Amino acid sequence: MGELNRRNFLKTLGVAGAAVSGIPTNKLLAQSKSDLSEDRMGVLVDTTVCIGCRRCEWACKSAHGISAGNLEDYSDESVFENMRRPGNESYTVVNRYENPADSRSPLNVKVQCMHCDHPACVSACIVGAFSKQENGAVIWDTDMCIGCRYCMVACPFQVPTFDYHKAIQPDIHKCDFCFERTKEGLLPACVEICPVEAITYGRRRNLIEVAEKRMELYPDRYVDKIYGFTEVGGTSWMYLSSRNFEELHFPKLGDKPAPGVSESIQHGIFAYFVPPIALYALLGGIMWISKNKDNKVEGKE
Amino acid sequence: MEHEFQPEQIKHKFFTPWVIVIALIAVAGMGFLAVRYLFGLGAVTNLTQFFPWGIWIGLDVAAGVALAAGGFTTAALGHIWHRDKYEVLVRPALLTALLGYTFVALGVVTDIGRWYYVWHPLIMWNGNSALFEVGICVMVYLSVLYIEFLPIVTERFIGRVNLPGFLSAFNKVLDSLLRILDRTLNKFMFVFIIAGVVLSCLHQSSLGTLMIIAGEKMHPLWQTPVLPLLFLLSAFSVGFPMVIMESLSASKSFGLKPEKDVLTSLSRFVGPILGIYLAAKIGDMFIRESFVYLTELNLASIMFTIEMVFGVIIPLRMFLSSSVRQSTTGLYIASMLVIFGVVLNRFNNFIIAYNPPYTETSYFPSIGEISVTLGFVALEILIYRAFVMIFPIISLPVKSALRKTKYAIKGV
Repeated sequence: MGELNRRNFLKTLGVAGAAVSGIPTNKLLAQSKSDLSEDRMGVLVDTTVCIGCRRCEWACKSAHGISAGNLEDYSDESVFENMRRPGNESYTVVNRYENPADSRSPLNVKVQCMHCDHPACVSACIVGAFSKQENGAVIWDTDMCIGCRYCMVACPFQVPTFDYHKAIQPDIHKCDFCFERTKEGLLPACVEICPVEAITYGRRRNLIEVAEKRMELYPDRYVDKIYGFTEVGGTSWMYLSSRNFEELHFPKLGDKPAPGVSESIQHGIFAYFVPPIALYALLGGIMWISKNKDNKVEGKE
Repeated sequence: MEHEFQPEQIKHKFFTPWVIVIALIAVAGMGFLAVRYLFGLGAVTNLTQFFPWGIWIGLDVAAGVALAAGGFTTAALGHIWHRDKYEVLVRPALLTALLGYTFVALGVVTDIGRWYYVWHPLIMWNGNSALFEVGICVMVYLSVLYIEFLPIVTERFIGRVNLPGFLSAFNKVLDSLLRILDRTLNKFMFVFIIAGVVLSCLHQSSLGTLMIIAGEKMHPLWQTPVLPLLFLLSAFSVGFPMVIMESLSASKSFGLKPEKDVLTSLSRFVGPILGIYLAAKIGDMFIRESFVYLTELNLASIMFTIEMVFGVIIPLRMFLSSSVRQSTTGLYIASMLVIFGVVLNRFNNFIIAYNPPYTETSYFPSIGEISVTLGFVALEILIYRAFVMIFPIISLPVKSALRKTKYAIKGV
């Protein structure tokens, strides 16, 4: 650090500021705006209608190239003894809960990715491997993923799962809203196979109307809430139920989008790179002043 | 600039009984590491679909970055504020930061499932992601650290280039290349020194932003929007204690006289910085009224209390006492407590505070995870030891009255 002179110092300072800010500003700011489509699709799950036949589980596996076995085996109800979660081999599962109002017709809750309108995984992913599609689906790109599992840390519904036992190309697994099928005009596999229309596929805004109508027509049948309507800023999948959602193991979440706080901090720290460059300039100034003081003391220059 | 001290290579035998023990720990860790690379993360770790991050992120990466803060804090003091007195500490701190960050990078490579895609963030950008910011900053800063280290390499080899065999024909060429490199670096080094401090401030704080997105899954004792500030302040506060601890450890291990005057005057800074950190922490607790969770007796409240009492309050009191600052033992204990506090804070933030839904079990690191973490630390100590023997890092009192010129030019 010895003999730099003032001119040299100032000259290089400008270059350095640009070098530190090597990350482009446009990308950092581009994604903050909401580009949600008005016509995005969604699914309304009516847990009071679902009969727990688990055909959706079979159809989901078949549609995603996971060995699904015989459809008949899915009528085995012993699986309901344990609460299950979606996993690497099953992107959706159905859990059964008692119905205090009518013990003969239990509540069956299908669980899968909620396809948030403001997904935490999309915001968190280090390489942007997750994306919210125009049709509402939140999908994951295997060509980008580095396997850091930050999406699993971020997801408020604890949905994405990881191949812990693969040394090469471990994947992140979760429901992709049958993106490949819907692209071709097909219904999501689970929606298509459901024999009782417990799951309704449609435009999200229409589904909200449907849900409100049902609650209005059968006020005794439902608690006064559409789960997913406002949770973490709204989700594509929404639920109706006759029991409190917390009793059905739905997480209690606020209405603010999950990535809101961290994104505003990130964009605050990096607002047009002003704070880092300002800090750089400040430190440069301090360095220059203390250097000069030094030189005066030593009687140099 | 006249110095009583001059960085020199340490002459000491490499292997002592303790070094052999450390080497064995390193070997054990590397064994588990091999299993992880051959059979996947599941073969070694206790990670689950609910606990995707364990101690390799919480300790190796998060605590590792914090403990390497000695590098940029000392560089700022020595080079930006030009406190020449502390010049003797800059090189050891730089080496620690260099090795620290190298092992942080290794920790990341080990923890990510697709380690061969570790370069993806360089071309695939997500500016919304705190992890992306941490990743880029760490990569750039690591490069800056290597550049900052280069003058030590040129100093070591200028005039002493001695390639074996037929390569000796290139001695002169290499020597003049080193001289050109040294001159160029000398002119532009301040660019990198300032950049190093800026980059450090950025990612030390962004490391705190990481867990914010976990939202409700994180215990309210730690979950706060000011986490980035708390992480930055705690990184500031652990920088000098790390330098003090290392300097004292190295002196002990090599049988040198500790640079006590310098360390004592460096330690004056620690108390006030820790005080600011404590104030921010308590202030945040009162604003969010999270102190109510301290009335419950559970793992979270116990860990939080240990972190604050032993990691912040006691060392703060110690560093404010001049008799502690004058005593080698006092300095060592106080520094170790600050280091313990920051390591525990990172562990608490990433492991203890994280409470995912849908699981009854909790995460406890496996033998393999612990072994790899310890192995990395052991390896770091061994490389540090080797480097101070190869390169002029640690300053020793100048023996001869005649001070050497900058390069001792021999045979050229």
